[in-house]
This record gives sequence, C-alpha cells and structure tokens, in this order.
Amino acid sequence: MNETITVPTNGKHPSYLDYQGKHKGFLGWILSTDHKRIGILYLISILSFFLVGVTFGFLIRLELIAPGRTIVDPQTYNAFFTLHGVIMVFLFLIPAVPAIFGNFFLPILIGARDVSFPRLNLLSWYLYIIGGLLAILSIIAPGGAADTGWTFYIPYSVRTGTNVIYALFAAFVLGFSSILTGINFVTTVHRLRAPGMTWFKTPLSVWSIYSTAWVQVLVTPIIGITLLLVIIERTFNVGLFDPALGGDPVLFQHLFWIYSHPAVYIMILPAMGIVSEIIPVFARRTIFGYKFIALSSVAIAFFGSLVWAHHMFTAGMSDTGQFIFSLLTMIVSIPSAIKVFNWTATLYKGSIDLAPPLLYVLAFIFQFSIGGLTGVMLGVLSLDIMVHDTSFVVAHFHYVMFGGAGFGIFAALHYWLPKMFGRMYNIKVAKNTFWLVFIGFNLLYFPMFIMGWLGMPRRYYDYLPEFHIYHLLSTIGSWILILGILIMFSNFIAALIRGKKVNEKNIWGGETLEWTIETPPIHENFLEIPTVHDAPYEYKQNETDIRQFQEVK
Amino acid sequence: MSTQEHTVTYIHRDDIGARMGMWLFLFTELLLFGGMFILYSIYRFTYPDVFHLAAKELNTIIGAFNTAILLTSSLTMALSIAAIQRNQKSLSIFLQFITIVLALGFMVNKYFEWGAKFSHGIYPGSDVLLSKPAGEIIFFGLYYVMTGLHGIHVIIGIVLIAIMMRFTSKGIIKSDSYVKLETIGLYWHLVDIIWIFLFPLFYLIT
Amino acid sequence: MEKKQEKYLDNSHSYGNYILVWLALMALTAVTVAVAGINLGGLTVATALIIASVKAYLVLTIFMHLKSESKIFRVFVAVALIFLLVSFILLFSDYSFIVRN
Repeated sequence: MNETITVPTNGKHPSYLDYQGKHKGFLGWILSTDHKRIGILYLISILSFFLVGVTFGFLIRLELIAPGRTIVDPQTYNAFFTLHGVIMVFLFLIPAVPAIFGNFFLPILIGARDVSFPRLNLLSWYLYIIGGLLAILSIIAPGGAADTGWTFYIPYSVRTGTNVIYALFAAFVLGFSSILTGINFVTTVHRLRAPGMTWFKTPLSVWSIYSTAWVQVLVTPIIGITLLLVIIERTFNVGLFDPALGGDPVLFQHLFWIYSHPAVYIMILPAMGIVSEIIPVFARRTIFGYKFIALSSVAIAFFGSLVWAHHMFTAGMSDTGQFIFSLLTMIVSIPSAIKVFNWTATLYKGSIDLAPPLLYVLAFIFQFSIGGLTGVMLGVLSLDIMVHDTSFVVAHFHYVMFGGAGFGIFAALHYWLPKMFGRMYNIKVAKNTFWLVFIGFNLLYFPMFIMGWLGMPRRYYDYLPEFHIYHLLSTIGSWILILGILIMFSNFIAALIRGKKVNEKNIWGGETLEWTIETPPIHENFLEIPTVHDAPYEYKQNETDIRQFQEVK
Repeated sequence: MSTQEHTVTYIHRDDIGARMGMWLFLFTELLLFGGMFILYSIYRFTYPDVFHLAAKELNTIIGAFNTAILLTSSLTMALSIAAIQRNQKSLSIFLQFITIVLALGFMVNKYFEWGAKFSHGIYPGSDVLLSKPAGEIIFFGLYYVMTGLHGIHVIIGIVLIAIMMRFTSKGIIKSDSYVKLETIGLYWHLVDIIWIFLFPLFYLIT
Repeated sequence: MEKKQEKYLDNSHSYGNYILVWLALMALTAVTVAVAGINLGGLTVATALIIASVKAYLVLTIFMHLKSESKIFRVFVAVALIFLLVSFILLFSDYSFIVRN
C-alpha cells in the first residue's frame, strides 16, 4: 500500500490532532486509520464504559450497605453484578491498555509510522463500539438485563428468560475486536521495528503488549465459540452443554475458563508493562533485570494459559485434575513475583520523584502483591474449598484487576496524557486525589477479605447481621473511591480544555522513543525513522536532571 | 526560504507481514474449531458406544466424496497461485473458478445430506432427536454445529475467491503482486484442513 | 526481478509438485476409508487421526508454502498447535480420572 505524505518545507508539521487528511473534521476521526487517532477514539469510548461499570459497582455497594432490601429487588441486583462484570471485563480491562496505549504508543516505541494493518485497526474499534451497543441493548431490551453473572454458567444461562443472547453476542463481537488487535500487534512488533532495535532492545511495555497479543490471538476464539454455542443452544435447543439434553455443565466451565483465565493475564500483563516503563523514569535508574522482566512476560503468557481449572476446584473435578491445576497455579505466580522483585530493586537507592505516575505505580505494587498472594492462597486446594464463591475471592480479583491493572491504567493516563494531548493536568490535584483513590480502594475491598473468610458468600443479595459492619465500611470505601475517580477524570478533562500547554518533547525525562518526538506527535510520528543503538532505560547515575517541566506550586 | 511543499512517498508494502497476519488469523480459526473438537473429544470419551452407533446414520460415501472435492479444490487454489506467478492470467482465473465450482459442489452435497436427515426427523430440537438417548442428541448437536460452521466458512471462502477472480482479471493481482491471492489461498487450505479432521471423526468411527 | 521469478520456478512451486501432493492426499483418504472398515478397537481412532495429521502436514507444508517461508512462520504454527495440544492434554487429565458412580 502506497501512502503519499506531503511534507511542508517551511518546517511546520501539524500534530496528529490538527492533521487534515482525506477526510475533514469529525469524519477525519471516525474514518481515520492513524493509530494515534484510533487510540484516542478508544480512550473516549473505553473510559466512558468504565464509568458505566463504576456506576453499576456503586449501585451494588449501595444495595449491600445494609441487610435486606435497600434500593432494588434481588432480580435487579443480579442484573447489576452481571453487567458490572461484563462491562468491566469485556469493555474496560481487556481492551484498555492495548487498545488505548498500545495503539497510540506501540508504533512510536518501536520507531514505526503505524501498525502493520491500519484499516484492520479501525475495524477493531468499530467492532468495539458494536459490542458496546449490544451490551447496552441487553440492558434496555424487553426481557430484562442478563442475570447470570458475567460467567454465564450452564444450565441457568440456557434457562433464564433474560437478554442473555444480547450479552453473549456482545462478548462475541468484543472478542473479535480483541483478536484483530492481537493480530495487528504481533505482526507489527515482528515486522516494523526500527533499524537496530533488536528484541532485547525493545521497551518492556512492548514485550508485555506482544505477549498479551499472542494470548489474545490464541485463547479469545475459544470463548468466542463457547458463547456462540450457548447462543445456538438457547435458540435451537441443540444439546451441547445442557444436562437435560445429555450435556456436561462442567465442560462449559472448562471451555469458559480456558479463555477467561488467560484473559486476566491479558488484563494485567500490559499494565505490568506500564509499571516497567514508569519506574526507571521516576527512580532515574536503569531497570533491574531487563531480560528477566522481558522473559517473565512470555512466561506469564505461557503458564497463565495452563491454569484455568483453578476456578473449578469445587465444581466436580477429579482429584488428579485438581492436583495438576493447583501445581500449575503455584508455578504461574513465580514470573509475576520476579517482576515485583525487579521493580523493587530498581527503586532501591534510586532518585525517587513521587510524581503522580509513580504514586499509582507504587500503589500497584502494594495492591498487586496483596492480590497475587491471596491468589496463591486460593490455589491451595484445602483453602479454596472453604473460601470459593465468598467475598474473599471477590477481594482477591479486585486487588489484582483493579488495584493492579486498573491502577496501572491510571498511572499510564498520568504518564502519557500530556504527551498525547500536549496539555498538563494539575499535579497537586493529581497527587491529592491519589490518596482519595488509594484509601477508598483499600477501604472498599480489604473488608471483603475478612468477611469472605468468615463465610460471606459472593453475589448474594442479602446477608446475616454479623457481616453488616464489613459491608458498611466497604460501601463507604466505594464512595471515597468514586469521588477520587471523578476528581481524577475532571482534572484530565480540565487539562484538555484549558490546561497548560506542553511543548517540550520530554517532560518526565524518559528514555524511550516517544520522548524524542513532538508533543503532541506529528501525523507521521517521526520525520526520519531513527536508528537505535542503545537499550532503553539507560540512565547514568550522575546525570543532571534533564526534566524541563517545573512543578506547579 | 521557500514555502513550497515537497512530497515524500512512504511506501508500505509488506507481503511477508500480510501473510503473517493471515497465519495469525488462521490460528484463531484453528482454535475456534479446536474448541469444538475439544467438546467432541470429551463427549466421545463420555459416550463411546452411542457415538459409534450414531455415526452409522451418516453417509460415508458422500462424506468421502466431499473430502475428495475439497482436497481437489485445494489443489486448484494452489495451482492458481503458481499460474499467476508465471504471469498466466487466464489460467489463474480459470483455476480460481474451478475452485469455486468444487466448493459449490461440496455445499450441494451437504444440502442433500442435511436434507436427508431432516426428512428422517433428525434435526436440532426435533421430537425424534429429543427422544433419543442423551449421547445421540449430543452427537447430532455437534454434527450440525461443526459441519454447519464449516459450511459457513466454505461459503465465505467462495465469496472471497470470487473477489480474487475479479481482482485478477482487473490486474490488481498480478505476477509481481499477488499476496492477496496467497492469503485467501491460505484461508481456503485451512477450511480444507478442518474438513480433513471432521470427516474421520464423524463419518468413520463406525 | 529475474531472480525472484527463478525462485518460484524451483521444485516446491512447480505444477507437477502440487499434483503429486494431491495424488498422495487422495490416496491417504482412500486408506482412511478402507481402514475404518476394519475394527481395530481404540486403534481405529488413532489411525484415522494419524492419517489426517499426515494429510494436514502435506497441505501445510506444500500447499500453504510453510516449507519455503522463513523459519518464524513454522515457529508460529508450532506455538499454536502446541497450545491446542496442551489444552487437550490438561482437559483429559481431569476427565480421565473422574470417578463415576
């Protein structure tokens, strides 16, 4: 495919925001194949759906603030947690880092002008929007929102009269969006690295996104076919999973989790890549153990695809199966631990700057460690039998998915938004808001560990009075957290509208390629494709501070 | 200083990248059907005798004939690429056309097969099928879904090859630029490979 | 340009080669059908799958040009196949040991 780019010789290259291509204005955005514009389209849509998911979370916690009915009936409550899960998993966490930051920065990080398949990239976004609309349709269409939980377990998902088919179809379409992104990124990293950028000179976020892309390609089709089969079974009464027709509900669980467990690694790996990017910059030190971190991304992707049945220890598996999957679950924790050790070692005796990106990264390490360790606990068979399907599990996965991946996304926003838009947010507000978010998060989820341990089941509408205090604390935590998130987003929006303009190429002192180009980037990314000599994160110990941005007092 | 603009042409043609992308897409197809093969294998393990008996209902002759048709269509597809490499445009178009004809033949056979079953009352949700033992309901559930999904992929392939025929006749696909035909060829071969496994597992386990 | 065309005229891309592979595929299909008539118990499935794998291998390497592509393509295919295989094995590691009443 040939592309003719007109380069004015008067030196003024428009940024990608102002670039006028074949289409103008609004059409120039929704028909654009520029990876940066597509990244922005994803940014707006994904964060919008995130807020919808947050709203459902808010409503869940509001209902649970006291025993008995608070605001809705049990049927509606079931729909709340189903939608909260579907939206947060399929419309927020799985796409977020790859589709927003991967799309925007992957080509720049490897010194390319775009991804390998720009038109496929735009199609990915269209599919995302269609999937999102189908999810909304499942809420408003007659029949009522799906009430199966985001896990759609058989036989209820075949029996219930609610809008399960819309929800399943939404997840199916979103799966295709994810697959296309994965195909694009694997090809891009293989084919479009700048001259001199060998595999072990690529930034760590590239390793993470690359490993994630492989998982996206290989496991997403399995959920695709599984959900499609449930749709077919509901519609044509075929006989595939339904026990009344000879099917095996546990087999559905196997197929569901063969995707959905690696899916959590799709969610966390890119966020870990972000952490690996941010720590060297704000500790002003070379990352400790670059090769170990890079290869641990591959190891997590590989082993993470082999542990799925640890979600099913109480479902009726054989003893042998339980043993094997428990063992594999122990093994998969090792590469994650390697990353945490290397990050900590990088911080040690570094020149720490507690800028907002680093604050969220530090919270990530704290929260991911708690989530990860409780995950290892859950991998122990005797313990899991006791706490399976309790709030303990809910706390565990929110600590890794939200406290880990979610905070990684917040960190990335604080790190890269100035580069993407050429506007700075209020740093003081960002720092103060961090504390609201951090305290709110931990107050929301830590009590769940305790009450789950004491026997509080998950997905329950009502509960015994002995659990009330924990639910109360948790709900108050949710209010603090949501307040923090709203202020954070307001800070960003205010920055885009009237924030201080950033013209410097490198406000944080980063050493990866995005900090060598214009802020915001020009349409073509680079005037000339660079030739890479050094590995990334090569900070010298006595280097003077090259940051040009002065903190707002 | 001149304010004239000069034009720099960034040519992005990456045939290897295009093939790489298609291979990755084929992996997703492999795993899509792989999920169903997983289902098949577990249920076969669970209901070995019922599967054995139910497979007798299927017509091995038509199945084998369809296998031969699809294998031949793979041949003609590969030959069509060899032809365009040698700048033999008409031959390439003709071979693509034969591929489509063979694929249509496959679908016609499938139509008759399914039709015969329907007339015996064996179709998803039918009273006849639902009164059969559980393993048999599952067998035919899998049969219809797997061959049905495969059939959809054959139809998509027919449309794509027809588009390639048009591209070849218009000179968009030519002897020094034929990666589009190659990638569609890859897709078609995978459709063939899936049937290579479907055939024995459904028709030959008697 | 000439060099490129020469490359495609080597054996693996010749018309004759493709037709030979096609004949092998047809022969293997005939073998599969014939063997299915013989009751070898559990071996029947194994034989059918082995023959199918050989056919798939021929299609992959010759028709799909895996043999003449650069090595990374073969690595990709191996990764995908190994993932599918391991998933099968792990799943059966559970189902093979379930105690049924």
